[in-house]
Formats: sequence, C-alpha cells, structure tokens
Amino acid sequence: MFTHKKPPWTEKLVDRAFIHMTSVLASVVSLTVLGIFFTVGFQAVFQGDVSSLLPWHQDSIWQGIAAWNDEETFGVRWGAVPHFGLGFLANSSWNPVRNDYGALTPIYGTLMTSALALLLAVPLGVGTAVFLTEDFLPQKLRAVIGFIVELLAAIPSVVLGLWAVAMLNRFLAVFTPLYAHLGWLPFFSTEPGGPNLAMASLILVVMLLPIITAVSRDSLNQVPMELRQGAYAVGATRWTSIFQVLIPAAISGIVGGAMLALGRALGETMAVTMIIGNSTNLSTSWFSPSSTIASLLANQFGEADDIQVSALYYAALVLMILTFLVNVCAQVIVKRLALKYD
Amino acid sequence: MTSNMTNAMASIRHPPTASGLNYNPCAPRNLWNRAMNLLVALFALMAVLPLVVVIGYVLYKGGGAITPAVFTELPPAPGLSEPMGMGNAIIGTAMVTGGAALVAVPVGVGGGIYLAEVARKGSFAQSIRFGVNVLAGVPSIICGLFIYALVVNTRVLWGESFSAMAGSLALAVLMLPTIVKTTDEGLKLVPQELRMGSLGIGASRFVTITRVVAPAAVSPIATGVVLAIARAAGETAPLIFTALFSPFWPDWSSGGGLLAPTATMSVQIYNFGIMPFEPQVQLAWAASFILVVMILAANLLARWLARFSAS
Amino acid sequence: MTPSIADAIISCDNVTVNYGAFAAVRNVFLDIPRHKVTAFIGPSGCGKSTVLRCFNRMNDLIESFSMKGKVLFNGKDLYDPRVDPVEVRRRIGMVFQKPNPFPKTIYENIAFGARIHGFRGDMDELVETSLRRAAVWDECKDKLQESGLSLSGGQQQRLCIARAIAVEPEVILMDEPCSALDPISTLKVEETLHALKKNFTIVIVTHNMQQAVRVSDMTAFYNAVDAEGSDGMMGYLAEYNETKEIFNNPKSEDTKEYVTGRFG
Ligand SMILES: Nc1ncnc2c1ncn2[C@@H]1O[C@H](COP(=O)(O)OP(=O)(O)O)[C@@H](O)[C@H]1O
Ligand SMILES: [Mg+2]
Repeated sequence: MFTHKKPPWTEKLVDRAFIHMTSVLASVVSLTVLGIFFTVGFQAVFQGDVSSLLPWHQDSIWQGIAAWNDEETFGVRWGAVPHFGLGFLANSSWNPVRNDYGALTPIYGTLMTSALALLLAVPLGVGTAVFLTEDFLPQKLRAVIGFIVELLAAIPSVVLGLWAVAMLNRFLAVFTPLYAHLGWLPFFSTEPGGPNLAMASLILVVMLLPIITAVSRDSLNQVPMELRQGAYAVGATRWTSIFQVLIPAAISGIVGGAMLALGRALGETMAVTMIIGNSTNLSTSWFSPSSTIASLLANQFGEADDIQVSALYYAALVLMILTFLVNVCAQVIVKRLALKYD
Repeated sequence: MTSNMTNAMASIRHPPTASGLNYNPCAPRNLWNRAMNLLVALFALMAVLPLVVVIGYVLYKGGGAITPAVFTELPPAPGLSEPMGMGNAIIGTAMVTGGAALVAVPVGVGGGIYLAEVARKGSFAQSIRFGVNVLAGVPSIICGLFIYALVVNTRVLWGESFSAMAGSLALAVLMLPTIVKTTDEGLKLVPQELRMGSLGIGASRFVTITRVVAPAAVSPIATGVVLAIARAAGETAPLIFTALFSPFWPDWSSGGGLLAPTATMSVQIYNFGIMPFEPQVQLAWAASFILVVMILAANLLARWLARFSAS
Repeated sequence: MTPSIADAIISCDNVTVNYGAFAAVRNVFLDIPRHKVTAFIGPSGCGKSTVLRCFNRMNDLIESFSMKGKVLFNGKDLYDPRVDPVEVRRRIGMVFQKPNPFPKTIYENIAFGARIHGFRGDMDELVETSLRRAAVWDECKDKLQESGLSLSGGQQQRLCIARAIAVEPEVILMDEPCSALDPISTLKVEETLHALKKNFTIVIVTHNMQQAVRVSDMTAFYNAVDAEGSDGMMGYLAEYNETKEIFNNPKSEDTKEYVTGRFG
C-alpha cells in the first residue's frame, strides 16, 4: 500500500524562491542594457549627474522641467543634444575653447577605420577558415593553427596597442613609398610622420581576424560532408566546390561573423587610441592622425567638464546606436540566410 | 601470379590510350586551383604571424623587464628610475577582476539557468536572449561611461568617486553576457533524460537543477567563466574612468582598498606605454608580459577543462 | 572465381584498402562489365562502399585512407600519380545514400556540373533531358526555380541522379541509393536504372536482395572475417557472378545463406 506523501511546504517554497531568483538575475541583463541606453541618453541631453532624476534630490531636474525653457532657472542644465541638435553629426570642429562640438571627424574616423579593417580582415579571415577546414594540412596541425588564431583573440587590446606603438616606425617606412608614389590619391595625400588612421586600421585587422576566422570556420565545418561529396562527385575541383557550394552554404555564418567583427571594430578603444593620433581635424588622408568615437572618449573624457562631457556622451550615444544597429542586423541576417539543410 | 595474369589480360583488352584522365598542370582550372591554394596558405600564414610576432615581442621585451622588484615595489616618479615595480597594479588587477567575478558569476550563471532551465523558449526568455546579445555588443568604453555616470559621478558608493569597486562593476557589465551565454549553452547540452529522470522520481525543480543538471554542465560553464575572467583582466577601456589609476599601494583604510582609485596592469600599460620615460615604458612591457602569460595560461586551462568534460 | 568479362570498363586488380592501420577490405579482383548493372551485396561493414569509392577516388577525401593494388578504368590505372581525380569523377559519377542536392534551385542543381565542365549547348534542354532520364521531370517541370531541398526525399534522390547524368559520365556509382526512400520512390528509382542501362554502366550497392535481383545483371557478394591481429572485421569479395547464378546457384555456403536471408 503506497501513500501519496506530500512534499513538505518548505521544499515548495525553496523551489519557488529559486525560480524567482533566477528570473530576477536574468532580468538584470535586460535592465543593464536599458540602463546603459538610458544613462548615456540622459547624459547626452542633460548636464549634471543622474541622481538629479530622483524627485527628492535638491537639484531635481523635475523642477526644472516644469520651467521648460526658462534660461535662467533651467537652460544651463540642457546638454549637448538640445544644444547642437543633429548638426552635431555634420560638424567637424571640436573646440573646447569656444565650446563648439561636432562629431563628424570621429564618426568619419570610426567608419573609415572599421571599413578598411573589414575590407582586409574578411578575405584574410575567410581564407584562413577555408584553409583550416580543407585538407591542406593534417587534421592535427590544423587544430593547432586554429588554436593559435583563437589565442590572438585573447590578447588584450592595450597590449596590441603597445606593440603597435613600438612598431610604428617600421610601418611608417612601409607607408612612405605609398605617399611618395601615390600621393596624388586623396587617401595617401599626407606624409606619414606619426600615429595615423592607417595604423589604427591595421591593428583592427589583427583584432578582427580571429573573430572572422573562428565564426567562418565553425559555419564551414557545419556544412554537411555530403554536400562537399556531391560537388566532388560531379567533377568539381576543390575551389569550385568551395566557391559555389561550401561558401554559399555557410554564408549566413560568415556574414554574421563579419557583422559581429564590424561591431567590435566600431567600438574598439585602447589599441586605436594609442595609435591613431587623436586629432579632431578632419582629413581624408589615411596617413594623417585622426580619431574614432571610442578614442575620443578615452582621450578626452578625463579632462572634460560641463557641456563637453555631455557632448562626449552624445558621441557615445551615436556609437551605441551604430553598434546596436550592426548587431541587430547581424542577428537578422544570420536568421534570414540560415541554411535549412539537415 | 594471378595478379600478373589479370593485369596482362586487362591491358590486352584495353590497349592503353592517350587518355584524357591525366592531370594537366596548365589547364586554366588547375592553374586557378593552385593559385588559390597558395593564396589561402598565405592568408593563414598572415593570420598566424601577428600572434607569433606579438607574443614573441612581448615575451622578449617584457620578460627582460621582469625582476623581483616588479612584484614588490611601486612605480618610479616620472623622470626617476627607482624603484622599478608595479606591485600595486598587480594587486589592483586581482582586486578589480576578482570583484567583477564576484558580481558577474552569480548573476550570469543564475540568468543562464533561468534561460536554459526555467523559461526556455517563451517570449520573455527570447527578449532576454536579445538583451544578452545587445549587451555583448556594447563597446567596452561605454560600459565605463555607464558606470561613471551611475556610480562615480553620483558618488553612491559611500560618497567615493573613482574606486576599485566602480571598476569591478564596469568589468562585471562586460563579463555578464559571456557568462550568461556559456551557462545557457552549457546547460542545453545536458541530455533531457537526466532532467526527466530526476523529475520523474519526484525531485523538485530546485533539486533537479542544482543537484543533477548543473553539475553535469559544470565544465563548459567553468570554461566560459575562466575565459571571461581572463578577458576582463586585460580590459582597459572600462577602467580608465572608473577605477582610474594610482601610483600608490591600495589605501586599505578606505573600504579595504576597494573605495579608492586603484592601479591595474591594463591601465598602467596605457598610461605608461605612451610616456616619454624609459622606466615607465619598461614597466608597461612588464605588465604586458604578466597579462599575456596569465591569459595564455587561462586559455590552456580552459582547453583542459573542455577536454575534461569531453571524456 | 571471377567470371570472364568480355568488355570490362573497371577492373580491380588485387585491391586492398586500409583506413590508418585498419585493413577494411583486402585482395579484391573484380571486372565491371560495360553497359550493365552490377550490384554489390553483403553484410554492412564488409567494404562495399569502400570499394565503390575507390572507383572514382572519392576516398581521397578521407585522410586515413590508403590503397594497394590497381583500379583500372578502360585499362588506365586510376591511382597513377599522373591521374587527375577531378577528371576521374567527371567520367565516373556518384549518387549517395542520403539525397544531397545543393542548396540551389532545381535548375542550378543540374546545370552546375555541366557549367563547370564548360558545357556550351542549350542548358534548358540539358536540364530537361537529364530530369527526364532520371524520371523526375514531371514532378519538377513547374518548379525549376525552387530550391532542390523543397522536393520530397525520393524526388531529391532522382534529382541527384539527374545531376549525375547531366555531366555525361561513363559510369554511375550508387551507394545504397534507395535505403532512405519509401517503397514507391524506390520503384521509381529502379525504373530509372533500367532506362539508364543503355547509355551508362551502373554499379549499385544495395541491402535489398529483391532489388539486386530486379535491377542487376551481375552481383558481387562481399563478406567479412575476423581479421587476425586487428580489432575489426576484414572485408573481402566472396563471390562474383551473374545475378541469376548468385541467387539460384551460389557456389559458396556463405553466399547461399546470405541470399536466402539466413545470414546472421
Ligand atoms: N572514413 C572511414 N574511416 C575509417 N574507417 C572507415 C571509414 N569508412 C569506412 N570505414 C571502415 O571500413 C569498413 C568498411 O566500411 P564500408 O565500406 O562503409 O562498409 P559497407 O559499405 O560494406 O557497409 C568498416 O569497418 C568501416 O568501419
Ligand atoms: Mg556502405
């Protein structure tokens, strides 16, 4: 005779408490994301610290908002977004003396360094991934090379930056002939003489390579063996099968990996800050010092105050929106292009 | 004997023709294939080269700068060359990274358990997964600015502004998505039968998860945690406006050293690496050496953990 | 042991295949007649697929593979170092156990092979004839621009057959092409085989005795023995003859037991 033994009520309580606790912890992630957007947005719109959001704070912004446009009582609290509006994105001067701020130079620098880096890193990374998934070398050796490339991703960016600073003169020696012979091209139009945008792009390539290689290698490895056999069986050469069957089948992962890498490039800070020269003058030449949004933040935030802080947060907001869009696109692309093959 | 026979018969039946089966080294498709083979081999070499060069250079430059004093002394004042140490930054990195792990590991593992074991596929879980992906993509410098605005500028931590604790929080934000993801994915690898078995004999979900499922996934989770901590130890951007820097030993009187500006190795590399003083640059290399060795060790440890789980 | 084949297109001369140190199949002597269907039967693991893959150098993709002996194709040694495996595979096509259409349109699945071999004729016509010969034209003529993966399993397999014949090979190798298909699709594929016999030489691995009887002219029975000093089974060619001989009048006891279904 079995009796149905009811579990003690404490057990149920522990169970419930545990489930609730995990859901709270999971929510922390979402709250953090919202918090980041909110805080950065707040600092871009207002001057002053976020605690003034509390109604009982002595300087609560809620009193000020009641007097919306009153210069005397509240106008001083407005930050960069109301001050500079969307013109911020098209203004290339960054002048702490006249308090005139625009993010065109760092936005251009961010996009240009990332685009250049991606342009070099995608073929290199996908090529390396192909090399590591095809039978060029014995499996063991390929695994070792794959591990080495993964390690590259683990090297701190500040160490890469330090290395880049030490190597600067050698790279300048490479750039100088480009300037000498192709100086009529706007991209090569200044004499390379110190930290510059091209160096920053090259360091980004080193940082993106392992990401692109790892993601592409995984997606190439996931292409079913039968597909490769199918291509070989109709007499395809190795490279026909790679270009026409394997890469198309793995394209969602490869594109997703490239987008992921782009997101990283846009926000990469330390190595770029150390080698880009941090100039806020707009120049089309890759051999001129320049800046990216992230390097601007790293370089100026420490000494900034008042409206300049707010302008920096405005720039940070632009960077956040950029990386957010890139990451969302990456996720959508991966879902859209995902191969339905089992 | 038989072999010779068949062979002879075969060649009688089929007189050898100048067959088109032979490899034609000049056919366009073969030229193209060889060129591409060469190209990707070159690409792979170029991908491996930077690592070898960077690690080699760091070990060479940094290894030469390592002396016992590095671990026990403070850095010299600018312009001086004595003492040559960075003991404060080594302690600082341990404090800040350790603090970050203390925050991020419980939250991240808890969140991962929620995603993999509790919510699984609901829309709330999907929105959190989306949040995890967005957080993973937030540039690290922005994590620093976020904590600066939230903690440093408002002085909510006992009235202090820049502090090791603020640095830990910034790093924790950075580590969180990695830990949630590895936990989520590690738990998904645990076979469903294990859960069924445990729930089937009347165990509660709490017991099932903590005693049966989580232990089965411990090694992938540990792998992820080790890698996340190693990565965080080398992060600089989130710390430059939160933990800041300090040329002194931690001020133990201020919250056990946690509430004062704190030196870390990564920020030291940034600060010293671009200084015009040779001793400082030396110390930047020494710090790089220690970080790189630590990270390589962590990666090997993670590999070992992963292999441990495979067997 | 082997019957005399007047016109052999492929001959195995003492073929022994190793995967690493493991000998999968040893000492195979075998002549495949031209324009006939040859079936490979035998318990699994005795090396049927291994031998089949030697015929078009598909084993080259397996790192641990090594082979001793000769495989002659029209009298030419396929494993001669001067031979281009790509060229071999164009002459000797293959259809696999699991249908594996490319994730491209039905049209492109067929056109792919022809295009890479520099086909200059009317591609639409080639696609149509290939699909017709594989007896799958009626089912896909209205959706040539849809993905090959949208077809049913049996249709996918016939699409793969069409893909193989579109490059005009001399031999088509089929490794259990019907094992993943339902009986109706299986019958359709078998009808296709009958139609193809006139123009192609076919070698088919099958687990289905009736299928071997229905489609093949010649049958090779493979078996495996415990290899001394090795942990696995070693395959060998046990008996090779005309199909009706193998099934009605087998020489060896093993063959008899296998074809009558009394095999372990
Ligand atoms: N790629 C491979 N690597 C190692 N061993 C293999 C491989 N393919 C087949 N084998 C081994 O070779 C033997 C023969 O296999 P196979 O030719 O597939 O047999 P069958 O097709 O008759 O079932 C088996 O013992 C199998 O385990
Ligand atoms: Mg088989």
